[in-house]
Amino acid sequence: MKEIFFDQIAIGEQLPSLMKPPITRTTLAYFCGASNDHNPVHVDSDFARAAGADDVFVHGMLDMAYMGQLLTAWVPQTSIISFGVKFGAIVYVGDTITCHGEVIDKAENDGVYILKLKLRAVDQNGESKLTGEAQVRVSGP
Amino acid sequence: MYWPDDTDTLHAEKYYGNAMLDKTLIGKSFPPLVVDVDRWQLKFFAKAVGEENPIYFDEVAAIAEGYRSILAPPTYGVTLGCAVPDPFSRAKAVGLDATKILHIAQSFEYFEPICGGDQITLVATITDVFEKRRGAFKFMVEETVATNQLGQLTTRFRQTVLERA
Repeated sequence: MKEIFFDQIAIGEQLPSLMKPPITRTTLAYFCGASNDHNPVHVDSDFARAAGADDVFVHGMLDMAYMGQLLTAWVPQTSIISFGVKFGAIVYVGDTITCHGEVIDKAENDGVYILKLKLRAVDQNGESKLTGEAQVRVSGP
Repeated sequence: MYWPDDTDTLHAEKYYGNAMLDKTLIGKSFPPLVVDVDRWQLKFFAKAVGEENPIYFDEVAAIAEGYRSILAPPTYGVTLGCAVPDPFSRAKAVGLDATKILHIAQSFEYFEPICGGDQITLVATITDVFEKRRGAFKFMVEETVATNQLGQLTTRFRQTVLERA
């Protein structure tokens, strides 16, 4: 992992985007076990349709896990101060998620160098699915 | 999903029922949940999300990077909080229909890392329960504090769920 220095990062800088493979039913079955969230709307198509959905849909926490990977590919996980998202639209099985991040603010506080990031995940049609923010510590100055 | 505009409130009860929310639970903390962090599940999580960094699935790599064991990913606190027979018990207690719950927001603050073999104590508190559009949309917000076996705060996280129409 390349060390990030505060003075080398400008506001507006984009993080390297992360494009994940299409989300399959197998992915969702695995993520039930990984997340302890076994809600049948994520794996049982019959149940999902009876509940009014078009098909099984993706755990919000899987989308957030992907966004977490965008962050931890850029800075060590222990540099993350905060990380929050809003799940704006349902992601369905078969969708392909790409995560984007942008530096929107910089601050130095008692020798701690902090970047504020704006986060966004979109599907294969460019439709926004998740938006959020994170604050990370970087090396300085 | 059907999102009514403001002119729909006359019909709200017809469409959405009139279940009352128990707002007396706001501020209530629930009994601590103590969970052992399972290295096997961390490896399985890494496989499920296609993680390639070995600190998330290889004990030797994680220790070489200075961690006690395999590192739990940033969102893993929610997995620990779901390690109960019914993750929706609090939502049901306030009167939400568990079959219609959507997770609409999630945030974390981070302190000490969580690693395989840790024992994490989670205390959840309902911080808000409210309705919009005359009860057509029902919301619950809860905050969870996760402490490790050394008494260190690891993460504090906040979750908002919505009962969809």
